[in-house]
Amino acid sequence: MTPEAKHLEVVLDTHVESVNLAEEMCLRVAEAVGFNEDECYRIGMSVREGVINAFHYGNQEKPSKKIHLALDLTQEKMIIRVMDEGKGFKLTDVPDPLAEENLLSTSGRGIFLMKAFMDEFDVVAGRTGGAEIIMSKRIPPNAKISGNGNGRPGSGAAPKQEA
Amino acid sequence: MPTLFMTLREEGAVTIVDVSGRISLGEGSALLRKTIRDLLDSGQTKILLNLGDVNYIDSSGIGELVSGFSAVRNRSGELKLLNLTKKVHDLLQITKLFTVFDVYNDEHTAVQSYQ
Repeated sequence: MTPEAKHLEVVLDTHVESVNLAEEMCLRVAEAVGFNEDECYRIGMSVREGVINAFHYGNQEKPSKKIHLALDLTQEKMIIRVMDEGKGFKLTDVPDPLAEENLLSTSGRGIFLMKAFMDEFDVVAGRTGGAEIIMSKRIPPNAKISGNGNGRPGSGAAPKQEA
Repeated sequence: MPTLFMTLREEGAVTIVDVSGRISLGEGSALLRKTIRDLLDSGQTKILLNLGDVNYIDSSGIGELVSGFSAVRNRSGELKLLNLTKKVHDLLQITKLFTVFDVYNDEHTAVQSYQ
């Protein structure tokens, strides 16, 4: 993302390596913006969990499907969207990993971690028909966002990149 | 390049697994799973995971720790944790798994706890 760009969008293959790639990409932006080490860790972990969710649950690890990752910076927050090409799901259907009966479950903690680590979190129906995770983190006071300062996401959009 | 490294050593009947790196989706989680399975297959059921050099665990890694815990318990053994870093400690705390695992900060005390 260039200093002027406030929107970045990539299409990732449904592959384990995409998880690392997405995390690394968002971490670089978060560091450049001025988030501290703890917040970068939380953002990186949340992106990771979002893409794992798309990879495993949404796209069911099918290579023919894609994972759509978008990142927007406004004057107030960093917004991350992860969309899969699966069947979608409702947050209310996700079991509570803190419930006694789920504590020894070997999966199902990703959504919980994203909710815990980000300031805002939601899941909506994506344009692909799959689930779209939308999460955001407030920009720290020492942020290094430049551009036209209108605070609108999407200005100075970078072309979509195929990863 | 591997993201996780493990070395095994014995303290009496206890196998200490010194783990370093990331326990995350893919190679890291798979290596942890294989290591615990191999130990169980060789009859080792007192396992102490030293996570002092583990700087990162994601939900997949957490799932693998829980899976290992259950697998060892199913063989009437015990899997315990040693030397959690702050990040791992905090993760286990918010996921309530701190109440599930036996966690130690001192290796001698941890080994003695198996007696």
